[in-house]
Amino acid sequence: MNKVLSNKFMIALYVLPALILVAILIFIPLGLTGYYGLMEWSGIGAMKFIGLENYKEVIKDPKFWNSVLHSFLLALFSTLSLGVYLLISLILASKIKGSSLLRKIYLIPMLLSSVAIAQLWMKVYHPTNGMLNRFLSILDIDNPPAWLADPSIVLYAIFIPILWQYAGFYILIYYAALKNIPEELIEAANIDGATPWQIAMKIKIPLISGIIKVTVVLAIVGSLKYFDLIYVMTGGGPNGASEVMASYMYKEAFGSYHFGYGSAIGFFLLIITLVTTFFIRKLTASKDDVQY
Amino acid sequence: MKKKAITSWSLAFALISVLAGCSGNHATDAGSNQEETTISFMHLWPEGNSTAHYNIVNDIIAKYEEQNPGIHIEVEVLSNEQYKEKIKVLSSSDQLPDVGMTWAAGYLKPYVEGNQFTPLNDLLEGEFADLFVPGTVDAYTIDGKTYGLPLELNIAPIFYNKAIFDQYGLNVPQTYEDFKNVVNVLTENGVAPIALGNKDRWTGSLWYMYLADRIGGPELLTQAINGEKSFNNPELTQAAEETQNLVKADAFVKGFNGLSDQEAKSLFMNSQAAMYLIGSWDLPNYTTNEDVPQEFRDSIGYFKFPEVNENSDANSFVGGPGVGLFVAENSDVKEEAKDFVQYFIEQWGEQAVTKAGVIPATKVDTSKVDLHEMYISVLNDLNNASNITLFADVQMNPDDAQVHLDLIQALFGVEVTPDEFTKQHQEALTN
Repeated sequence: MNKVLSNKFMIALYVLPALILVAILIFIPLGLTGYYGLMEWSGIGAMKFIGLENYKEVIKDPKFWNSVLHSFLLALFSTLSLGVYLLISLILASKIKGSSLLRKIYLIPMLLSSVAIAQLWMKVYHPTNGMLNRFLSILDIDNPPAWLADPSIVLYAIFIPILWQYAGFYILIYYAALKNIPEELIEAANIDGATPWQIAMKIKIPLISGIIKVTVVLAIVGSLKYFDLIYVMTGGGPNGASEVMASYMYKEAFGSYHFGYGSAIGFFLLIITLVTTFFIRKLTASKDDVQY
Repeated sequence: MKKKAITSWSLAFALISVLAGCSGNHATDAGSNQEETTISFMHLWPEGNSTAHYNIVNDIIAKYEEQNPGIHIEVEVLSNEQYKEKIKVLSSSDQLPDVGMTWAAGYLKPYVEGNQFTPLNDLLEGEFADLFVPGTVDAYTIDGKTYGLPLELNIAPIFYNKAIFDQYGLNVPQTYEDFKNVVNVLTENGVAPIALGNKDRWTGSLWYMYLADRIGGPELLTQAINGEKSFNNPELTQAAEETQNLVKADAFVKGFNGLSDQEAKSLFMNSQAAMYLIGSWDLPNYTTNEDVPQEFRDSIGYFKFPEVNENSDANSFVGGPGVGLFVAENSDVKEEAKDFVQYFIEQWGEQAVTKAGVIPATKVDTSKVDLHEMYISVLNDLNNASNITLFADVQMNPDDAQVHLDLIQALFGVEVTPDEFTKQHQEALTN
């Protein structure tokens, strides 16, 4: 094995297939996106080079910044919801009855496609025939809101299925991490008279802090580039009230035929996500993962 | 960023399949008689979801090939959205099929500016031009040149549920005052008056367009979109105000801005709303579609949008042609392709309405065909139409259309004032 790895040519040969795939699928389209952002292009016919005009316009576009705000709100709520998932995992991992069944139930939304989830929740939210409003009317609540039509509610109404969709994923990660904590540590703490709360806060959570950081980054990056449910459920409407960066990009590029402008938005999306990730890494950086 | 990657891959695949298609052509050319001419033809009615359309197309092609030995029509079928994507990709590499389908006005424009479609004016010089319902061809005409010939024609009447109307002793409204009264009676009795799925936005646009048409006269909206008049004028503002009055009177189903047109349609078809404004493409649901209960179909009628003031003309409709046929500018067999287009349109006009329930853009002689009475009545209305205003989002350029549609949603959501609504239209249209 060492002999193989000392041969530069062999290293190149082994790395190449993956490298080519990554380059073709990710880096080249990325570069092209940046390049199209310099063009005035409808997607049909000739492109016209206009320099940084598109990028300047994106910076001045209130609709774009509105969508950025919505994306960051989603990121905030995703991050906060991680706390809930962590709590659920702590309970599941503490050997309660039926924890394996519950774990599987939590995972079910992960197994559904986004479009199916969107259809499901559109039925739940349906203003007259929906499950939610039927339930509210049984409770004698007059005039329940039209969840997906009211601009002041729609964004939060959509967040719920998005968070629900990924709950199982994070619970699974936390559960696996918690199960990896050596049993002796917990036993030792029990002998020393630590309460379950103390064990969770002082032993379990510090031990999986590395995993928690990873999930925070995953949740934030995933939120910033989120698209699926929003596109299917509201298309960013009504009147931009649920628009996020990715849906705005799609709308500009494929709806208004502003392919160059859409590409510029896509490039901003990339930069914003990169910068945010960088700061999160900085903020959560610590010398080393906790060891006992 | 993955999205981008997927897009470029799908482009690559599309191109590869084009190349594969081309090489196939040459193989057949070389293998058979030297005289054989191949016309490539792309349409968007797959066997699965448009069986009747698909069969008519095949029938027409078979007949044409029989009558014109030596000509071979090579067909490619894609469903609607894929079709739009593929046409876009093909046109950017000058690989359009010889004959294909296009939409009118705003959709057509980028292709005409990119010199992709050939003018078909020479076809329209003879008797052939008289086949079309007057005005339908205009939607495909840019600077006096016609780049497409329409296959479909639709108008949008208001469908209503007679059973609900009878229950509350309501009659078909003759004037706008009557109409508002119908709305009031229905809301007072807890029935949703109008099914509207304004998530799709063009649906709300129909309501605004009709009000603009009835308040400002049939020509006004089109002139405002063309730039002959300002959009920011009192009558168009009044139409916007009237739209909001309907919203405030709870005329539309609850949560309409979050419902798709499909969801609104299902409310209407479950008798949960009394009225529904939609294009005549929906006629089969109320006449011949066996999947819909007979009882429901029998209880549906339609009326024309009522007159509002002295400018109004109830015989003016919102509607317009749907898809039409184009011939590619860089086709090698332009003359043959044009001949095929002419034949196709003549044949389509004879078969479309009886076999597929599609109203063709060519005149239909109602005395010769056996049709459901609602079809006959719509066809008569079409023949007597004083004006057909093309759907606003089709009339406008794609980017103006987006502004229009977003503003429609804001107008219905009472997020813009009528004044801002027309002002912002004017700004977008003059940009």
